Amino acid sequence: MNGRILAATTGRILRQLRHDKRTVALLLVVPGVLLTLVYFMYVDQPTPPGAPRTFDRVALIMLGFFPFIIMFLVTSIAMLRERTTGTLERLLTTPLGKLDLLFGYGIAFGLAGVLQSTVASLVAYQIFGLDTAGSPWLVVLIAGVNAVLAVALGLLCSAFARTEFQAVQFMPVVVAPQLLLCGLFVPRDQMAGWLQAVSDALPLSYAVEALQEVGAHADATGTMWRDVAIVAGAAVVALVLAAATLRRRSG
Amino acid sequence: MEDAVSVRDLVVDRGGRRVLHGISCAVPRGTVTGLLGPSGSGKTTLMRAVVGVQTVGGGTVHVLGEPAGSTGLRRRVGYLTQAPSVYADLTVRENARYFAVLQGRGRAEADRAVTDVGLAGAADQLVGTLSGGQRSRASLACALVGEPELVVLDEPTVGQDPVLRADLWARFHAMAAAGTTLLVSSHVMDEAARCDRLLLIREGRLVADDTPAAVRAATGVDDLEEAFLRLIRGGESEATS
Repeated sequence: MNGRILAATTGRILRQLRHDKRTVALLLVVPGVLLTLVYFMYVDQPTPPGAPRTFDRVALIMLGFFPFIIMFLVTSIAMLRERTTGTLERLLTTPLGKLDLLFGYGIAFGLAGVLQSTVASLVAYQIFGLDTAGSPWLVVLIAGVNAVLAVALGLLCSAFARTEFQAVQFMPVVVAPQLLLCGLFVPRDQMAGWLQAVSDALPLSYAVEALQEVGAHADATGTMWRDVAIVAGAAVVALVLAAATLRRRSG
Repeated sequence: MEDAVSVRDLVVDRGGRRVLHGISCAVPRGTVTGLLGPSGSGKTTLMRAVVGVQTVGGGTVHVLGEPAGSTGLRRRVGYLTQAPSVYADLTVRENARYFAVLQGRGRAEADRAVTDVGLAGAADQLVGTLSGGQRSRASLACALVGEPELVVLDEPTVGQDPVLRADLWARFHAMAAAGTTLLVSSHVMDEAARCDRLLLIREGRLVADDTPAAVRAATGVDDLEEAFLRLIRGGESEATS
């Protein structure tokens, strides 16, 4: 890796994003709109005494989900575009290292994910009175790590897609199982043993657990930090695997 | 002096089909060498092998004394792909500056590369809004920005107006005079006359490897298109007799 090249690559990806004003607007506005929807879905639902509001429980996890889903899609398409327009082939004839490119994407879209979750958190906390025991900044931190994980998985999956149609199909494959088994719909300890084992192997389960820790405890807990480390570790593994799928020579 | 590129018995298969059938050729340093042949003859595949992104089935390719694709060559070789490989959602200047950093150059070199391809007036325009010819010149600027020792250009003059085409060829010769080696592909035979040396390939085989004057002399015709026709027909009648 080379610091100058990594910085230039990160800057280049962010500059591309900045020129696409509609994408930036969608990135920032859509989560707030969906949170509004969720707020009004649950606003008249009775809450059992002593239990947290359903909105608090769902919105907290949604804040971690937005960057995960969106950054996965954005990255898969961006990387596929690099392949189909020939820029990737050209980049690989230059001194740029594979990790410069992959970490450049990780940092650039990770930052975009942090910005997105900051705006979404502002909406959730300020407008809808989201109530968590822990700090909103921990929520943004976890969302940012989620974004990096999504970028890493997107880079890896884009290696197995030849067309945009295929790339988009990887979204339900990678995202849906993690969404279903993360503990939002059925608490993980109430799942069948084999489902729990699958859930244990999916990185998003740990991100959700970390968010729930922030929801329940005033200070950052050891479990939360362990979970954040697991998600970050999964991101690094996915990035290394993605580097292994990048070949300088092709047929 | 050692050749900038030397290719020996190069065999390449793509998609289960043999694209290059054991090609051997050389590109002398400080020349503009034209790689000519019809569409589908294997020009792009040969160029990809020279820049080291093509999986090869046999033979060797040496570039500037090192095996093609060596890490050390990435600073010394510039490659222009046939389809303009620049970022459509960046401006011309932003593209040039990015590729400049990759080659260890700065903003001044990037701006000069943009001016050199005649895009100074469109430097702040998004590449996606440019015409096809401008877009391919933006891509050319990114290939030249690192001032590489060997420049491999896949059809750089397609879609350019005649004046610009003449300018680009003058620029290629100025670069060669300064010591740069250029390998330039084209499917337009009238560009052959502008090259110092010619490599003519057809159906993955080398038909000619000589100077334009020698090709004219060997075939006894002045028009290079006609000369190539004779070479190809001569080769075919030899093969059948």
